[in-house]
Amino acid sequence: MKVIVIGGGLAGLLSIIKAAEAGAEVDAFSLVPFKRSHSICAQGGINAALNTKGENDSIQQHFEDTIVGGDFLANQTPVKGMVEAAPGLIYAFDRMGVMFNRTSEGFIDLRMFGGVKNRRTAFAGATTGQQLLYALDEQVRKWVAAGKVKEYIGWEFLSAVIDDEGLCRGITAQDLNSMEIHAFPADAVILATGGEGMIYGKSTNSVICTGSAAGAVYQQGVSFANGEFVQFHPTAMPGDDKLRLMSEASRGEGGRIWTYKDGKPWYFLEEWYPAYGNLVPRDIASRAIYKVCVEMGLGVDGKNQVYLDLTHKDPEFLEVRLGGIMEIYRNFYGEDPVKVPMKIFPAPHYFMGGMYVDSNHMTDIPGLFAAGECDYMYHGANRLGANSLLSASYSGYICGPNAIKYMKGMKKSAADVPQSVFDRELTRQKDIAESIYRMDGIENPYVIHEELGEVMITDVGVVRYEKSLMRGDNKLQELMERFKNIGIHDTGRWANEVVPFVRQLWNMLQLARVITLGAFNRKESRGSHYMPDYPERNDDQWLKTTKAYWTESGPRFEYEDVDVSLLKPRARKYD
Amino acid sequence: MLDYIHLKIKRQNGSRDFPRWEEFKVPYKPNMNVLSVLMEIRKKPVNANGEKTTPVVWDCSCLEEVCGACTMIINGNVRQACSALIDKMPQPITLEPLSKFPVVRDLKVDRELLFEHLKKVKAWVNIDGAFDLGPGPRVPERERRWMYEISRCMTCGCCYEACPNFNSRSSFIGPAPLAQVLRFNKHPIGAMTQEERMETIMGEGGITDCGNSQNCIEACPKNIPLTTAIAQLNRDTTIHGIKNWFRK
Repeated sequence: MKVIVIGGGLAGLLSIIKAAEAGAEVDAFSLVPFKRSHSICAQGGINAALNTKGENDSIQQHFEDTIVGGDFLANQTPVKGMVEAAPGLIYAFDRMGVMFNRTSEGFIDLRMFGGVKNRRTAFAGATTGQQLLYALDEQVRKWVAAGKVKEYIGWEFLSAVIDDEGLCRGITAQDLNSMEIHAFPADAVILATGGEGMIYGKSTNSVICTGSAAGAVYQQGVSFANGEFVQFHPTAMPGDDKLRLMSEASRGEGGRIWTYKDGKPWYFLEEWYPAYGNLVPRDIASRAIYKVCVEMGLGVDGKNQVYLDLTHKDPEFLEVRLGGIMEIYRNFYGEDPVKVPMKIFPAPHYFMGGMYVDSNHMTDIPGLFAAGECDYMYHGANRLGANSLLSASYSGYICGPNAIKYMKGMKKSAADVPQSVFDRELTRQKDIAESIYRMDGIENPYVIHEELGEVMITDVGVVRYEKSLMRGDNKLQELMERFKNIGIHDTGRWANEVVPFVRQLWNMLQLARVITLGAFNRKESRGSHYMPDYPERNDDQWLKTTKAYWTESGPRFEYEDVDVSLLKPRARKYD
Repeated sequence: MLDYIHLKIKRQNGSRDFPRWEEFKVPYKPNMNVLSVLMEIRKKPVNANGEKTTPVVWDCSCLEEVCGACTMIINGNVRQACSALIDKMPQPITLEPLSKFPVVRDLKVDRELLFEHLKKVKAWVNIDGAFDLGPGPRVPERERRWMYEISRCMTCGCCYEACPNFNSRSSFIGPAPLAQVLRFNKHPIGAMTQEERMETIMGEGGITDCGNSQNCIEACPKNIPLTTAIAQLNRDTTIHGIKNWFRK
């Protein structure tokens, strides 16, 4: 039994571990050493209703907060499964040696986060994602040392190998040093390839988060669900190359958002949303900051930025609980958040949408699974803070065993599939690579990418007008035309970074249209998707999952009812 | 202030290729860092002589000094390129690949060895499996704090680059894995298998290869208390050695 796992973040590593524990052989592919995967950038914490702070927290409350936070677009049964498993997952991480902050009694400490009223977020300073990732990386290393897991580091997934019956039988991948492309057979393939922040040019994401793998299998027949739901994190440092995240934990620990109005500090979130104050969900906080800066013109120093203020807190408290982000702000901005309020603005952060999967995390292609941010399952129209480390972990945790279950029920293993099936896909991928090597036009792929980011941030951002979405899609189609006229500046056959980037760029453009047209079609406002032309949520027509299918002429959309079997949709209110 | 940023980059096509220096002049913008300058070169790959060239190859991922990927030698110092702010550096700015690891191409090097060494010292808590067995051991917060400090190591390679006792011909396991050994040996569950780790670091290339130059702690971008950890391990290995002697 052979499983291939693509991606070395939380979802990928837990898939690997659970598949290995079940006795499967695992081939693990990753662009970067697992320790450098994007889960590392998650800061604030991971949610689980441990109820250790005497606040009567419960699994049911975690469930309701998640569903309401997601504006009722998440399928409820899978979310229930996730929140039920959360405490057990935290305990497993704890045994792996994750250095969660402790109470004076030595229990795992919990802190506040957005969209909730109980302390539910376990954390390791302000580098929780890093600490969880390292723990899993260490566990996987144990499996590698035992010979059960084989690593392919510095390899890029190119495509699924699909046989004549439509089943996934393996992958093609490229070694990014030798540039060789090979086909690898497997009985099941798990994609745990993360989000696609690079589609927005600059975001809080790592540069490896291109969504290229998801874009590739979308073009092979996997539908992409709820692409239009893109989370803008309210508090990121504006930057030239990256918008660096300043964790929601800063507000969970007492940080306040403000700007000047009439010469006096104005705590607009506290004024507009007295019940939750600075801890309203991210979509609401981002829209508020956008409104204050862009529509009211009240940004600090006349720029698109407001203050995130921690200066009233005790410096030692800040160092122990938020040290990681204080360090980032100091290193990259040169000011000390202990003494001066930080300047922040919303930034593209997380993709609630992703590959469509069933309750076993299998995509439309049998044998091809997806887990983590690259799937669409757990967050509906908006994700609550600290639920992403949970969904990434949980989906990997169940995806590994589900893939094994699928393999055991197979009639024919990948080893019995004719070689021609693999050769066919291998030839197709080699042809694509060679066609990129031959590109000698005048367009620079990195310039097209920059323009892609500008289109997305301007036309498919926090606030989306019907008109701007249409304009955005037209510009995307222009970029796709210009793509054909790319010239590559590097034709080397060793560690060439341009050729893979061009391939990623095409996949990014494909998904960009899915996001933009998905947004254009959805004539309502729900969670992160805000259309002033249709300012209300419309459950009669739009309590539906978007499913985009690739066609030659652009995405074709279908819609599916949402599972609302456990909690009746109600108005979403935080004021 | 100059209206351009002057870079000198050591380039080579592979580990067997001769390195050469190439200079670049990139239009100045405020608040740039070394990576954002390299990204500008990608958009217009022309060197300071106005000749077309290939984009520079380098490793990076997170751009916020937490993944460790973009480690290189900048103006003679080993550090991450993302947090190397142009406005704070004298020019011309020289960029070189790490010198103690095989060059893949330009500024990209192969650091697989760092992970091999973590494997060698069994830098993990040997749990029975990733399933729910209820809460783990209670840990005093003050213990957690120093273990957390060590667990922030991003395996970037700065301490190896700075260590005079490590090079491509030495078998020294390096500063970072030694600190990890201490952390896992002191963890309540990790301690149950500490003998395995001790045996490894008391063997060839182990802790006695440390020459106590203390360069590692200077080079560590995360201020991990490497030298304190190695000193503590020195004491622990002595005690472990004496215990072994009595068992004989």
